[in-house]
Amino acid sequence: MYAQLIKAEHAGDEDTARAEAFQQRIDAGEKIEPKDWMPEGYRRTLIRQIGQHAHSEIVGQLPEGNWITRAPTLERKTILLAKVQDEAGHGLYLYCAAETLGVSRDEMTEMLLDERMKYSSIFNYPTLTWADMGAVGWLVDGAAIMNQVPLQRTSFGPYARAMIRICKEESFHQRQGFDIMNRLANGTPEQHRMAQNALDRFWYPSLMMFGPSDAESVHSEQNMAWKIKMNGNDELRQKFVDLTVPQAEYLGLTIPDETLRWNDEKGGYDFAGPDWGEFFDVIKGNGPCNRERLEARRKAWDDGAWMRDGLLAHAEKKAARAAKAAA
Amino acid sequence: MGMDAPTNEKPEWPLWEVFIRGQHGMSHRHFGSLHAPNAEMAIKAARDVYTRRKEGVSIWVVPANEITASSPSDKGPLYEPAEDKVYRHPSFYKIPDDIGAM
Ligand SMILES: [Fe+2]
Ligand SMILES: [Fe+2]
Repeated sequence: MYAQLIKAEHAGDEDTARAEAFQQRIDAGEKIEPKDWMPEGYRRTLIRQIGQHAHSEIVGQLPEGNWITRAPTLERKTILLAKVQDEAGHGLYLYCAAETLGVSRDEMTEMLLDERMKYSSIFNYPTLTWADMGAVGWLVDGAAIMNQVPLQRTSFGPYARAMIRICKEESFHQRQGFDIMNRLANGTPEQHRMAQNALDRFWYPSLMMFGPSDAESVHSEQNMAWKIKMNGNDELRQKFVDLTVPQAEYLGLTIPDETLRWNDEKGGYDFAGPDWGEFFDVIKGNGPCNRERLEARRKAWDDGAWMRDGLLAHAEKKAARAAKAAA
Repeated sequence: MGMDAPTNEKPEWPLWEVFIRGQHGMSHRHFGSLHAPNAEMAIKAARDVYTRRKEGVSIWVVPANEITASSPSDKGPLYEPAEDKVYRHPSFYKIPDDIGAM
């Protein structure tokens, strides 16, 4: 997902009575707020998860930002601009939620830039044609929604509230993507081919967004108990496939999976999993665009330094002037 | 991972808490927070971050470090005294049916 492979940090040597009372609050559906006592492991895991989620929103602007100046019409351009601006907002909501846990936004940014923190693997794939804007909105935002909707009920108050705001804005993202796909799939044969090609390239990376099978993850159990993780990876992936296949059929596009077929018994589709070797390679930094994405973020951070410092200096000067005038 | 106390020396823009009045006649509600160099910029940023879809008609920003919050451990002393004071609610009183609305 936007937060993949989140390890449960060790709880440390807190007294167990407090940890048990904490777990009882979570089991009772109470929200944990920043000033409440929490196990150190809960706090650290959340910083990692919310931070990774925030970084994904921010880095996720890059593949789409790539097409703002080349959108086919003024209307598409304003829509894409609004969508990318929303993603910046999502990043900010999430950084603020993480900050309530005692980490600063600048610190998180630096951890992203020196690769101590990650962002979702999906944003390391290139957006080669306009149809990719359709595939990203439809599939990538679609997969993100699948994970974000249940996270509205996560146990940490600030995170849950950020997710509620984000979910309100996300459905426009998926719809505008589907709308692009719909237009292209029903356009000229060349446009249809473009749409199919985008689906071909984004299908498996989208399935990877949910992370490897839970069977392989020892951390999901603790994170589920803490209500930081709400559903299993396989469960969400299945749900995503079941919802998406009929949409692809409507578009007249073919999902690039010859093994894909309806399974009456389980009431869902059987489908091929992605290449997990590729996934781990992308996570390690070897995807098609990892270097480019981080370079773009580093450049933005460095090039913006004079602006951040300048605005602060200006604010200080103005405050000093106002104080002098009042004296 | 270095996720403990903030380590960076560079000054960070201060944090502001954002309160927005959703509609005329309603009170301001806490919406979230953001970083900005001063109050004026905080209002501009709050406009962009929190009201892109006409969510508000008025914005307040307050420096986050100026807010004093009650402590979670005071929950008992602060709120329990109200628990046995049901007579503060109108539903506590039985009013005869035939006297009309009250
Ligand atoms: Fe988003
Ligand atoms: Fe989105």
